[in-house]
Amino acid sequence: MMKKQTTLIALSIATSLMVAGCSQKTEETSKVQKDKNVVEKVKLDTEINSYRDFVVSQTEEFVKSTQLFVNAINAGDIEEAKRLYPISRSYFERIEPVAESFGDLDPKIDAREGDVPAEEWTGFHKIEQVLWVDKTTKGLEKYTKQLMTDANYLRAKVETVEIDPVLFVTGPVELLNEVSSSKVTGEEERYSHTDLADFAANVEGSHKVIELVLPKLKEKDAELATTIDDRFKELMTSLDSYKNGEQYIDYTKLKEDEVKKLAQQVDALAEPISQVGSTLGVN
Amino acid sequence: MSNLETNKVSRRDALKLIGVGGAGLLIGATGIEAATDKVTNFFTPNKVDASELLPFYGEHQQGITTPAQDFMYLASFQLETTSKNEIKTLFKKWTEAAATLSEGKEIGDSDVLSSPPADTGEAIGLQPMKLTFTFGVGPSFFDKLSIQSKRPSQLKDLPHFPGDDLREEWNGGDIAVQVCANDQQVAFHGLRNLIRIGRGIVSLKWMQHGFQRSQGSDPSGSTPRNLMGFKDGTANPNPKDKDEMNKHVWIQNDNTPTWLAGGSYLVARRIRIRVEEWDRSTLNDQEATFGRHRQSGAPLGEKDEFAELNVKKKDSNGNLMIPADSHVALARGNGKVKILRRSYSYTDGLDIQTGKLDAGLLFVSFQQDIEKQFIPLQEKLAKMDLLNEYIEHNGSAVFACFGGVKKGSYIGEGLI
Repeated sequence: MMKKQTTLIALSIATSLMVAGCSQKTEETSKVQKDKNVVEKVKLDTEINSYRDFVVSQTEEFVKSTQLFVNAINAGDIEEAKRLYPISRSYFERIEPVAESFGDLDPKIDAREGDVPAEEWTGFHKIEQVLWVDKTTKGLEKYTKQLMTDANYLRAKVETVEIDPVLFVTGPVELLNEVSSSKVTGEEERYSHTDLADFAANVEGSHKVIELVLPKLKEKDAELATTIDDRFKELMTSLDSYKNGEQYIDYTKLKEDEVKKLAQQVDALAEPISQVGSTLGVN
Repeated sequence: MSNLETNKVSRRDALKLIGVGGAGLLIGATGIEAATDKVTNFFTPNKVDASELLPFYGEHQQGITTPAQDFMYLASFQLETTSKNEIKTLFKKWTEAAATLSEGKEIGDSDVLSSPPADTGEAIGLQPMKLTFTFGVGPSFFDKLSIQSKRPSQLKDLPHFPGDDLREEWNGGDIAVQVCANDQQVAFHGLRNLIRIGRGIVSLKWMQHGFQRSQGSDPSGSTPRNLMGFKDGTANPNPKDKDEMNKHVWIQNDNTPTWLAGGSYLVARRIRIRVEEWDRSTLNDQEATFGRHRQSGAPLGEKDEFAELNVKKKDSNGNLMIPADSHVALARGNGKVKILRRSYSYTDGLDIQTGKLDAGLLFVSFQQDIEKQFIPLQEKLAKMDLLNEYIEHNGSAVFACFGGVKKGSYIGEGLI
């Protein structure tokens, strides 16, 4: 196991960036002996590089969008703040597994009521509660200031993040697990009911990784690649049907069987995605 | 209790050994291993039984005439695809998995660290416990795959019976999988892995677990009791009698598509028992409702459970011994129509609206012909049965169970 771990770190993105001009070499596949089976290992450096660019750009948008959200609150424009709330969050939700790797940053930005002691509760959901339940923009200075600090800190951190191949290929399942465990139940956005925006963002973040590895996955297992691709399309079609202009409709408007269908589609998608790691020989 | 008598350790001794009350002192630091050993032997059903395999492949599917195991899961799936090819692939995968699991083996490769294990693992190290799988298709299966012409004419939803209070969440389904075993964890493991394999192609519509008294608690294998306290299944045809099975249970070859020949029609009814009401009815009422004595299971007026059921017998006042509208009198009819019942009790927590128990009977029967066997029988019962006061049918489904699967073939070959 120790040896495998070392390989992972060697493959990490920071390392490959430092070694300039080695992309040709690392693109080649190598063979790794595993018990009696020979598992051909696919190098994913290029894909991980692209994913990192994606993470950085999403974080940039996250900071900008959150600033607009905070500006609206400071200006006392509650309707504009409510409109911007799900949009700002979506950038964060797309890259959540990466954000989660920075210790307490994720809870500071995204904890729900009860996840942390009340006196430590900050971030989006605290603001959500005030906007939707208290119906005011007043008294939020402490939280908006903290949110911007945390957002900027996240932006700085992703510059140096190491995305190892295991995190890279398990990320899509993790994002879908986020959906199936907390978005589907409507507990994530319990005051604003903007759960579908988070739902879609998690799915999009998951799709980004799959989109990047799909060509190599096709070479290894065309059937698996097609299944995953088809199921993404089906899920996204379902999600699109709940759009009203650019925004998603209130989650509580969905009927029970509509929620069930979405939940089933997420499970149907996540199961084959869980095979991506081993199919690509990432271990 | 016959097999216990042959054991060297009596129940009282065993209780001493495992340390009930002050007797716990018996297990000292030096004696613990030996004591554990003895207790294990005492409580473990004989090993030959636990490890006995019921092979998936054969002339008929298992789980129909197989003596009812202690636990069952009945799962109804709905198709998430309209592609025949995807279903065919699934049926092949399910066949392979069912055959492997029936042998007490794990499915697939579960030692790749970077991948979720192929087998979910909760049956590792467990005996096969007579695990069986039984597969069938419902009427809507044929619509969804646009193969209506292949649907057997009598495979359709049951008609509405008087008093039916069916709930959509317990009705119908495109595919049925019945999983039975003498261990609930083994049975659940079997079903769970099939659900997982089918994800994205099929999804669960409903699922009901069932149980009966275990063989451990009734080694003599007497007729099990339902949750109303009465013996249920006394008049079942004998599954070991081939002629009787060919006459009542197995669909015969004539004019039958190959996939169905040697199969059987499964009727499932989820019957909730109004437990609270039943429990406050008198013994006299209860016995009149069933038409049998509660203690012995004998027809009213008789001593022996298996005494011939004479529905015309009268007492000294000229009244029928067995009320004409009792359950047993109606179910018996003229005695010519028989179905093979393979029901299990269920408990599903409580009804959150009323706080009453949600418990009852998962009625399962197998028959050659639904229209000639089940429907006339249920029509009679639904109209008149005294039992109706204490039960409600809230789920209903019919499935055509495939004939036996030969090695190298797969469930539903010839249909799909």
